[in-house]
Amino acid sequence: MTTLIASTVKIDAPAIGRRSLLRDIGIVMTRELKPVLRDPFSLLFGMIQPLFFLALFGPLLAGSMGGSLGGGVWQWFVPSILVMTTLFGTSTTGANLLFEFQTGAHERMLVTPLSRSSLLIGRALKEMVPLFGQAVIVIAVMIPFGLELHVDGVLVGLALLAVFGIGLGAFSYALAIAVRKQDWMFWMVQQTFLFPLMILSGMLLPLETGPGWMQVASKFNPLSYLVDAERTLFAGDVWSSAVLWGWLAALVTAALGLTVGIRTMLRSAD
Amino acid sequence: MISTRELTKDFVVSRTETVHAVRGISLDVEPGELVAVLGPNGAGKTTTLRMLTTLIAPTSGTAKVAGYDVTTHSSQVRRRIGYVGQGNGAGHSQRVGDELLGQGVIYGLDRRSAKRRTEELLESLELKDLAQRKVSDLSGGQRRRLDVAMGLVHAPGLLFLDEPSTGLDPQNRANLWDHILRMREQYSMTIVLTTHYLDEADSMAERVVVVDHGEVIADDTADALKRKLAGDRLHLTVGPSNQSRVRELAAQLPGAGEIQVDGDQVLVRVADGPAALPILIGAAQQNGVPVATAQVHRPTLDDVFLNLTGRSLREADSNGKAAA
Repeated sequence: MTTLIASTVKIDAPAIGRRSLLRDIGIVMTRELKPVLRDPFSLLFGMIQPLFFLALFGPLLAGSMGGSLGGGVWQWFVPSILVMTTLFGTSTTGANLLFEFQTGAHERMLVTPLSRSSLLIGRALKEMVPLFGQAVIVIAVMIPFGLELHVDGVLVGLALLAVFGIGLGAFSYALAIAVRKQDWMFWMVQQTFLFPLMILSGMLLPLETGPGWMQVASKFNPLSYLVDAERTLFAGDVWSSAVLWGWLAALVTAALGLTVGIRTMLRSAD
Repeated sequence: MISTRELTKDFVVSRTETVHAVRGISLDVEPGELVAVLGPNGAGKTTTLRMLTTLIAPTSGTAKVAGYDVTTHSSQVRRRIGYVGQGNGAGHSQRVGDELLGQGVIYGLDRRSAKRRTEELLESLELKDLAQRKVSDLSGGQRRRLDVAMGLVHAPGLLFLDEPSTGLDPQNRANLWDHILRMREQYSMTIVLTTHYLDEADSMAERVVVVDHGEVIADDTADALKRKLAGDRLHLTVGPSNQSRVRELAAQLPGAGEIQVDGDQVLVRVADGPAALPILIGAAQQNGVPVATAQVHRPTLDDVFLNLTGRSLREADSNGKAAA
């Protein structure tokens, strides 16, 4: 045993591990994905609420306004549910980091040579994976119920969700870091943002029938553009201007989220 | 290995209140030393350790760790040190083997060496059967051994342990220490640990740095501290009317210090208790004073702390502020 140790690691620090940000991000992302890969069923927990909406709200929607939506309720509602899954999944992900603050794992990683920004970026990028998994399940489940599948639109739609999810995930981590000393605040703030964002995006019910102020408010909600873009994409229209607005909203969210996230992460040791 | 000069750390609590957690610590640690930083909660032990491990920046002063300045060359310092914090280094939702392997990769080992290293550490810290377990399913003792393993993956020349055995039962504490000392032997590591367990600092460390209110108030081997700052005590039980006679006799002992009478007990502070006790008993008997019981009380580090600060470490602990 002793000889093995001597041969593997006579640590001469400058010689080992030329560090690159990409490698660090890869390490952090892999670590974050381990629990998901070890226990793929954990993905389903994140889907409980959206699936309930799909199973219980969908039929009501069909009953009350099926006629006015056109193209079938599912074609309208499944894109909503995918955005909702993204919203629920990535906005709560900061809780994992909060837990690692409490247990000490985050502190351990802060003392390693990993760069601070990789600790945020790697985590945010990981959000893509559960999001893809969940979207694929929802789509597969809904095809037998009459969801029309436009493969090109769906693929672009998933990519769009991924970019948005990275941004929202980064915001969620930033929130976790900001409230790490009063952890109950995390859920309060998350819930406070969640429902206005959700309802003012026209995700559940079309806003066209709502009061004027709601329609104005929805213009300031990035999720509105995302929901519109996803609906357009699921209808098979990849080159519409709604899709372009969706990309703009997703990219701005991702850029802002990562900027804010990295800045808070740099101060996370105090 | 470590060299600090006038290291301070202030925490601004509010606009009107600033806590001076560390007030000018100058400390040198040579390669190979095993140093315990001892003090009550809130003394500044953890804050000092967090500065030395690059977690927080000092307010003023300098600190060189493993040859590099902690503020200007923190990444060089991080590569060369191992750190076992108060919490669990391994993520609770992760598996034991995954975390160790990942830690190796973080420190730049290639996958093969990281794997080999993981197996070695699992083996030597008696965690082999737990490699596939989730960290949250481990017992407290197992988790702490895993924390130590995480800190040793890259075989650092310098290991920091922040209250390594807090919360463990005596058996697990002893077991953890067996492992730490064996690892130290194997890698010829320098170890700096904080503790508020007196017996731990006493029996494990070769050098004890006593910290109180953010300052170093004593720094020596445990034996020297006790000899210089506390001394032995003789406890004699004598008949009710003989205390004053014994007190006179005790005052003539070589190296006699403070003498107290408490009921039928006489307490005498002396430099060398085991040598002084037979002399005092002999003298008492020659003077016709029967001695009912006699014992030598060797000082503890708590006596040292008491003599230095006027408070016992236990009192200081319960009155002290939460660890900063």
